[in-house]
Amino acid sequence: MATISFTPHLRQVGPTRPTACRGATLGEALRALEPDYPLLRGYLFDDHGRLRRHIAVFVDGVMRPREGALGLALAETSDVYIFQALSGG
Amino acid sequence: MTDRAFAATRKGLFEFRRRRAGDWQVARTSFLGSPVSMLLSDPRDGALYAALDLGHFGAKLHRSEDGGASWTEIAAPSYAGVDADADSPPSLKLIWALETGGPEEEGVLWAGTIPGGLFRSGDRGESWSLIRPLWEDPRRRQWFGGGFDEPGIHSICVDPRDPRRLAIGASCGGVWDTTDAGETWRLGGTGMRAEYLPPEESDAPETQDAHRLVRCAADPDCFWVQHHNGVFRATEGVDDWREIRPTTHPNFGFSVVVHPADPRTAWFAPAVKDEFRYPADGRVVVARTRDGGESFDVLTEGLPQEHAYDLVYRHGLDIDPEGETLAMGSTTGGLWLSEDGGDTWSAARARLPPVYAVRFG
Repeated sequence: MATISFTPHLRQVGPTRPTACRGATLGEALRALEPDYPLLRGYLFDDHGRLRRHIAVFVDGVMRPREGALGLALAETSDVYIFQALSGG
Repeated sequence: MTDRAFAATRKGLFEFRRRRAGDWQVARTSFLGSPVSMLLSDPRDGALYAALDLGHFGAKLHRSEDGGASWTEIAAPSYAGVDADADSPPSLKLIWALETGGPEEEGVLWAGTIPGGLFRSGDRGESWSLIRPLWEDPRRRQWFGGGFDEPGIHSICVDPRDPRRLAIGASCGGVWDTTDAGETWRLGGTGMRAEYLPPEESDAPETQDAHRLVRCAADPDCFWVQHHNGVFRATEGVDDWREIRPTTHPNFGFSVVVHPADPRTAWFAPAVKDEFRYPADGRVVVARTRDGGESFDVLTEGLPQEHAYDLVYRHGLDIDPEGETLAMGSTTGGLWLSEDGGDTWSAARARLPPVYAVRFG
């Protein structure tokens, strides 16, 4: 199973440690977390299930475009990081 | 006398308590570091609601059952299942207005959002329904953003005589009312004019930028609007607006409050118009009329009068239900309270982040 790590900014609503997630794609793996983290979805996705504009997805060390990121195929050994772009003051 | 006020700011929610005359101090902080766009105190059951604008992670809604000691995230209004009417399907950007339903409508809440949807909850915010008839009105598609990329509903005025009668204000989307809890809508706004549109479009009611709409509790057919290019008053519902042209201060601003028992008395936080947006001469003032806009008092006692550049946003001014105590919060973190109808003001003991909304309750 791929391992997903989340920005600590999401520690109130998501896993606080790297978590193994079942799913052939990133979208499936994130959905697999929903039963344990019901609020997480609203932080990652907008009202139509699109990744929010300032969410950054890294798979195996490479930042992936948000467009199509949920359909990315994950390998058993994939390391996924979910971060956010920083802005403001 | 009102002794609790809240300031929703860019860096959290601040509860103030009145310790003695003119002395308001921070009693509690919540959501420190997170932008809070709106606060609602529900007098029917004591619940508090706080709307958060988490930027990267979206707009959220929290409820407290214990006066703000603890908060639980509840459902936020959602545009899931709402089709696109522009380039892409709408998604919640900001909870801009929160109001309670009528006194007998336990659990009923209203929310105005960016983009310009009005939502109703019948269960204390556990779930929300988009008011489809307004969203699907073809005139709503003419709305455009003012200060934000998308338009939004910032004012929701429930008629105390009948909670099925609502009036709303949108930027830039004019003023509307319903008599059947949102099933049908009437576009008001006759008498308003928009300087920011071509002359032939200036009186189009669906694109008036009513920065803030307020309704007198004791005389609910009487309304005031602080508009992008002036002040308007109506006395028979949301049409037949009369423009007020003050000579003592700029007519630009965002906020207005009306005395709950006297529809002729209202307060404003004026600023130099509209491409500049700072207090005239660097002096923070409040303008008050007691005669329906025929004349104004420009109130300064206790407010900064030297090199002060505080701007007051549309929800930055509030009045308590008795009509004596006012609170005013600014973009540079000023918070002032008046316990005598605006004659004198005292600064709260805090240097706050930029203030988005102040509310008693």
